This record gives sequence, C-alpha cells and structure tokens, in this order.
Amino acid sequence: MSETFLDANELVINMGPQHPSTHGVLRVILKLDGERVLDSDCVIGYLHRGVEKIAENRTYTMFAPYVDRMDYLSAVSNGLGYCLTVEKLLNVEAPPRAQAVRVILVELNRIASHLFWLGTHALDIGAMAPLFYTLREREEVLKIFENYCGARITTHAFRIGGLYYELYEGFEAEVNAFCDMFGARVDEYEQLLTENRIWVDRLKGVGILNAAQCKDLGVTGPLLRAAGVKWDLRKAQPYSGYEQYDFDIPTRVNGDSYDRYMVRIAEMRESLKIIRQAVAKIPAGPAMAKVPKVIKPPAGEAYVSIEAPKGELGYFMVSDGTIHPYRVHVRPPSFVNLQALKPMARGALVADVVAIIGTIDIVLGEVDR
Amino acid sequence: MKFLRKIFLGDLWDGLKVTFRSQAPKYIYTEQYPAERPAVSERFRGAPRLNINPENGETLCISCDLCAIACPENLIKVGSVRNPETRRKDLVTFTYDLSRCMFCGLCEDACPVDALELTQDFELAGYSRDGAIWDRQMLEEGPHPQKYQ
Repeated sequence: MSETFLDANELVINMGPQHPSTHGVLRVILKLDGERVLDSDCVIGYLHRGVEKIAENRTYTMFAPYVDRMDYLSAVSNGLGYCLTVEKLLNVEAPPRAQAVRVILVELNRIASHLFWLGTHALDIGAMAPLFYTLREREEVLKIFENYCGARITTHAFRIGGLYYELYEGFEAEVNAFCDMFGARVDEYEQLLTENRIWVDRLKGVGILNAAQCKDLGVTGPLLRAAGVKWDLRKAQPYSGYEQYDFDIPTRVNGDSYDRYMVRIAEMRESLKIIRQAVAKIPAGPAMAKVPKVIKPPAGEAYVSIEAPKGELGYFMVSDGTIHPYRVHVRPPSFVNLQALKPMARGALVADVVAIIGTIDIVLGEVDR
Repeated sequence: MKFLRKIFLGDLWDGLKVTFRSQAPKYIYTEQYPAERPAVSERFRGAPRLNINPENGETLCISCDLCAIACPENLIKVGSVRNPETRRKDLVTFTYDLSRCMFCGLCEDACPVDALELTQDFELAGYSRDGAIWDRQMLEEGPHPQKYQ
C-alpha cells in the first residue's frame, strides 16, 4: 500500500497496536486524505498463541481451559461450544439439568460481554460514565460465576458431558436478584446514551453495513441483526435446549453503529427473559451424562456452532480415535466480523474509525487465537 | 415538546440525573484492597496446597501421579520412592510451577484422596520466576503474603 502514493496529500499512518481504542493489539494501516479514510488494512497476529495447534497435543479434557482464553469476555460461551462439539463427537447429550444451567450461565455471560462492550465503546466515543455503571453490573455477574465455579473470567465452568460443579446454595436467589435489579439498570444506560446528542451524532450513519454486505463477508451476530436480518442460531438451530424458551430476536433496519447499539441493548433484555424462564424451572436429576473417564471419541468429525455474544462461534473437530483431537478449527466471530472494518471505514473520518472498531465488538484474543 | 427538549438540553439533564443518583453511598463498590482483604468464594481456585493429615502430620498424597497426568501445562512433578516394607510409594518431592499454572482445577479434580487442593489464597505476586516454583514444603505451608498496615 505504501508504494501507491499518488499525490502529497495522501498519508499512510499506523493506528495501533498500542492504540487504546483498538481494544487490544490490533494494528490498522490507514490511508488518509486529510481526515478522510481512503483505505484501511488490518494487521493481526500480535496475540497469536497457536491455540488450535495446542489442541493437537492435549487430550480433550485438557484442552477445555484453553478455549476460555480465546474470547476472554465470554469464556462461558466458548466453553459451551467446545463441550457441545466433543459431546457430538462422543454422541452423548448433556442431561436436562445441565442444559438449563448452561443456558443460564451463557446468557449471564452474554450480558456481561455486552456490558463490557457498551462501557468501552462509550469510553471510545467520549462518554466516561457508562463504563463505571456497566462494570458495576458486570461485577454482579462475575460474582455469580465465582460462586459457581471459582473463577471470574476464565471460568472453565463446564465439562464434557455436563457440569462438574453442582449449583451452590442460593444460586437461584442470586440470579433472580440480579434479574430484578438489572432491568432498571439497562434503562439507566439508555437514559445516559440513547438520546444523548453527542452519542447520536457520533453513531448515526457511521459504519453502515447493509444486509447484502454482511452476508457476503459472513458477518454474524449483532452486526447482521442490525442490518435487518433475523438470524440467530439460538432460534435457527437450537442447541442446549434453547427451543424451550420464549424470546425475540431484536433487529433494526439501518445497519449503522447506532442500530448495533440498540440491538445489543435489546439483546440484554432478551437474555434477561431467557434467564428468568430457565431459573424458574431448573429440572432435577443428574448433572453429568455417562461419559468415560478417558475421553476417546470414535473417528469422525463434527462441527457445532453456537450464538456467542459476538456472533456465530463454531468448532470443527476431527477425531482419529485417539485421546488427542486430530485437528481443532475454531470459527471465531470476532475474526470474521473484523473483515467488515474495511468496507465500513472507507470514506469515514479518522475519529469514526474508533467508533467503527468499537462497534464491531472484537476481542483480539479471539481474532488471533 | 421535542423542540423544547432540544433547546433545554433535555437529553443531557436525563443523563446527569443518572450520574447524580449514582453518587449515593450505597453504590460505592470500591474495595479498600490492602487494608481490607476481599473474601473470595468458597470454590475459588487459588494457590495450590498439599494437604497433610492433621492427626499425624503425614502427607495425604499417595504419589499416584494422576495430577501430573491431568495437568494441561504439565507443570507438576511428583517424585517418590517405593517403600519396601509397606509396598507403597512414599512421596519425596513435589514441585508445582505456579508461573505456568492457569488455575483450571483439573489437578484438583483428578486427585483421588483430596491431597492437592486449590485454596482461597490469591496473593501470589513475587519478584522472580524462581519464586513461583513451589516445592513440597511451600505447598504444605501455603503462601505468606506480606501484610501492610
């Protein structure tokens, strides 16, 4: 890109990898004409740890903690995707009790992830207050995680075949208390941001990605739904008992940054609905399916995708009948969604690039793996 | 109405209301960390400990090596010798490389006699990487974090 200097007004600059608004170690090479972005290129790989290769040297049980470290803001979702894939290879299904608890924890994690996104995105735009309030509520979710499985971020909450940890005393009460409190808190965030003129001016019409572009790029999650496509894997291919719960898929029409904000806010409310329904009827019974102690799936392959907070999270796993996976491939939502930066940033202002990166909701641990 | 709202900065006042409401002391969440240590949950996975039998002071570990096999990072080393009298393995050394530990809890799950346990001690910072490699004595005693007053 640097050799196509057509005239002196064009300027190539690096944004990142130490730029705080790139949410980690993303480097974006921007080609500028004054304040306008002519072109942008992402350079990724600063956080590459070779997770997929590590999997080939670990047993199935051993690899489970590693998937938490890809998307560390929604470690529980990652763990669920991994466990579901191995369960598909093994041809077992988690018992209903485990499925209900998994749904509760995954939806709590979706709320936590969206809260962190909202706080940091607002901070990028210049609104500092929401960060403190969102982290305050996120803390409540993390406390539930800590009480349940002993860790707050990299939880390792699920095991292949079900749950290792039984529910602790007062789990339902704690989750219900969170649900009762949280609805009003979402209203507070909306009060702070939804009509705020600076917020609206900075986000409306910025980073438009229409439905056709989304489908071309394979973009999923809130970005796709903000463009008006009603696509949610929880409804489209229900897993872990999602078909029992009644919830809506929030969509918007414009596909700009403001719509993505609205979709995520609405998703938090929908998650709350799911959690309420799931907590009300956690079935009794065993929490672990009959899984051999040494997990040795028959030779074959399996692909399972779930709706992670950021989009479609897929695991493709090939087993050759030994205790180690032959190959694990991850389809991370952040990595695929990051491609949308280029069409979105074209023609935008430099300050809008910050908003656009924020609105994609990337986690670099997952982009680079 | 909408026009008036815009003139009188209605949206900003709404936001400020939220900010001022949150000044109430019941919303203070800051932890006074070194002065007050937070109580972590019962299931918290922190520093490892090698439990000893409180009655006779002998280790509970039976040197079965299952924790070392279960560990994804392969950081546990168990050294044992076979006792010719009891025909059992006696634990000699036990090293746990805390600098590589990710506190997944798999070693704890694998232990058949509840000898290895991840405790609620969370203050594990140190000045050197060597200090993070714990030997048997350290694992049995647990960490001694400095308490600043």
